[in-house]
Amino acid sequence: MGDIFSNYDVLGAFWWTIKLSFFGGLGALVLGTIAAIMRVSPVAVMRFIGSAYVNIFRNTPLTLLMVLSVLGVTYILGVTLADDINQNALRWAMVVLAVYHGAFVCEALRSGVNTVPAGQAEAARAVGLTFGQSMREVILPQAFRGSIAPLGSVLIALIKNTTVAAVIVQAEAAGLMQRIIEFEGGSFLIFAIFALGFVVLTMPLGILFTSMSRRLAVKR
Amino acid sequence: MSTQSVLFDAPGPRARRRHAILTVVGVALLGILLWVVLRKMQSAGQLNPALWEPFLTDRSVWRDYLLKGLWATIKAALISIVLAGAFGLLFGIGRLSQIAPIRWFCGVVVEFFRAVPVLLMMIFAYFGIYTRTDLFSASTAPLAAVVTGLTLYNGSVIAELVRSGVFALPKGQGEAGLSVGLTPSQVLRSVQLPQALTAMLPALIGQFVVILKDSALGYQVTYPELLTWSKTLGSAFSNTVPAYIVAAILFILMNYALTKIATVVQRRLSRRGRAVIATPGQVAETVQQESTMAGEDGVQTDATKTGMR
Amino acid sequence: MKVRQFSAIAAASVLALGLTACGDSASDGGGDSASGGGGDSSGLKIGIKFDQPGLGLKEGNDYTGLDVDVAKYVAKELGTEEGDIQWVQAPSAQRETLISTGQVDMIFATYSITDKRKATVSFAGPYFIAGQDLLVRADDSSITGPDSLNGKKLCSVTGSTSAENVKKEVPGVQLQEFGTYSECVAALVSGGIDALTTDNTILAGYAAQDQYKGKLKVVGNTFSEERYGVGIKKGDTALCEKINTALTKMVDSGDWQKAVDDNLGPAGFKVDTSKNPPKFDTCP
Repeated sequence: MGDIFSNYDVLGAFWWTIKLSFFGGLGALVLGTIAAIMRVSPVAVMRFIGSAYVNIFRNTPLTLLMVLSVLGVTYILGVTLADDINQNALRWAMVVLAVYHGAFVCEALRSGVNTVPAGQAEAARAVGLTFGQSMREVILPQAFRGSIAPLGSVLIALIKNTTVAAVIVQAEAAGLMQRIIEFEGGSFLIFAIFALGFVVLTMPLGILFTSMSRRLAVKR
Repeated sequence: MSTQSVLFDAPGPRARRRHAILTVVGVALLGILLWVVLRKMQSAGQLNPALWEPFLTDRSVWRDYLLKGLWATIKAALISIVLAGAFGLLFGIGRLSQIAPIRWFCGVVVEFFRAVPVLLMMIFAYFGIYTRTDLFSASTAPLAAVVTGLTLYNGSVIAELVRSGVFALPKGQGEAGLSVGLTPSQVLRSVQLPQALTAMLPALIGQFVVILKDSALGYQVTYPELLTWSKTLGSAFSNTVPAYIVAAILFILMNYALTKIATVVQRRLSRRGRAVIATPGQVAETVQQESTMAGEDGVQTDATKTGMR
Repeated sequence: MKVRQFSAIAAASVLALGLTACGDSASDGGGDSASGGGGDSSGLKIGIKFDQPGLGLKEGNDYTGLDVDVAKYVAKELGTEEGDIQWVQAPSAQRETLISTGQVDMIFATYSITDKRKATVSFAGPYFIAGQDLLVRADDSSITGPDSLNGKKLCSVTGSTSAENVKKEVPGVQLQEFGTYSECVAALVSGGIDALTTDNTILAGYAAQDQYKGKLKVVGNTFSEERYGVGIKKGDTALCEKINTALTKMVDSGDWQKAVDDNLGPAGFKVDTSKNPPKFDTCP
């Protein structure tokens, strides 16, 4: 076990997992919120774009999106995010994680909007708030509180889905695990180390979100 | 359309002008994006008809590659969906149990499997267990590994959905059940669960789609599903990028159809009065209109309102 | 009402299970092994690549390539007709597992003989000696070998020996790693990357494909030696001897040369005759 830690940069790999998760999660939250607003907005085209975005990215395997991001977008469409090949792949991995999970954030928020009583929206309109104002001041704050649990699930899924980035770049945890197995052979110990790493990363978040969803739920 | 969202008023002349401008801008942006992508693909030689023709002209493309992969994907997903549903219901109810040790045990199991990536579970199940023992024959071991990973993870997520669905119900539901003399487990079974299951249907459908998609991870454990076959197809016909794009379209269509089917089922259930939603705002529908509060879930009607409050 | 709903769900589950069970039994013969024939237990199970043009490629219901031709010859010598062979896909990372778990009897899949692999599997052969090389666009004359790779974008397969080799050979190289060489070739043809590195046999296979004819060339400056062996269960000396006898016969009869020419020749690939046909290792 000491060998694995001294010969391979396991912690460094998990640090990349954390970085991928952080920026991917941030991006997903922003994209998902925008998409959710678009999906309930008064403009038909906006609703169409919002739901097209959700339906396309929610329904495509992440592996395929990862490969197409580097193979398709970088090498065929020519959009590079960094000169260095590994940096480019890592940044695309972040973008793909954000875009993919943004679709799920959007759906989580929509289910959160569903928990807001219609009377709230009617009241907001009755006092003369515009669509943007009522979203900002009335609907979204409650929707976020109502969708804490699904949002937590999305974030945890995102952290684990960083492993899929292994198909385009080897910097993060799953890529390192593949390399260790290639050179050391696959043993229970190696799986245990990496599984535990993910338990440590996601379990506290799971507990946090569970208690938050209970505490922050809008009492009705 | 008379059905109009509860979120915004009928637009006046100024709002209508603004909407028109936004519409034009949106369409223009989409058009430009599409045009740029197609131009770039053209200049990279990816729109060469020879790369795309096989999908239309060569039956072998479908018979020997894509349909084989499609069936393997669907097979793995079907088994996993059924098992994950059972797992989720069992452990979700377990987490709501009155008996502390059961609650505790189910909690640990669910939290653990929610925490470990599906990919790691599949690899562990395959290389760590199934190839070392004779639990499964050599030819079914990859499928078994895929199903194991998908079931444990998605089952845990569904368990969590069941639990949060019950928690999201108004307190009055449980209290009313208790006050008419039902036991706590009767309240759960006949009052809370049916409502929670309906309320969590959108999220549940999302999870089923996740299962179908995640079966694509099976290529890591030698399971020959759609993605693996499209990769092979790309090698045989030298059209890797088109093959992947076609695979993506197949996945999207398949999952989209699944979502639609589930929505129809949900609507059927609610028409029979099952989905009289307890949480106001989570509306049963009359007319399917995108312009409702939360998009696809439809419009609140007077009939459901009376049942709701 | 509730009863009806739950029984509906139960019925649906049973139906789904039944469906999948049917699918299972229906595809038992082939299943994931995508078999070519109906021979149940008598057939040999041979692991090959499905996506390597020129070596092991699935084309419709047929399998083509040098690995496949050698495998067919050896199988025939071992008493198995072509139609009784079950072809099993053997991705690089899973070759050892496939052998040690008995999912295949032999592997012909660009399987280099290395000391590390010998710890878990045995090898017959080698039946071909390849070398790591570079594949570039036909109009690119700036890349002549590993020395001229500085500042170039190179592509290879994740975790492959070629990828590790080139990292050692050219420390500062920009290396994109993908899951399969086909992805690299697509990026190479589009101009996104400058070169693809792996065994010259694999490169020649891509250069010879119809779509890529005249667009790609193999540089022809090898910088490693890959000895393709036949992977078999560890310690199966008897099978190893039999395979070597069959391979000797194949070389002597000229069928070996014909298979090489047929599969690797079209792209103008020059076989290194100082090394090929190779001398066999002694069976363990």
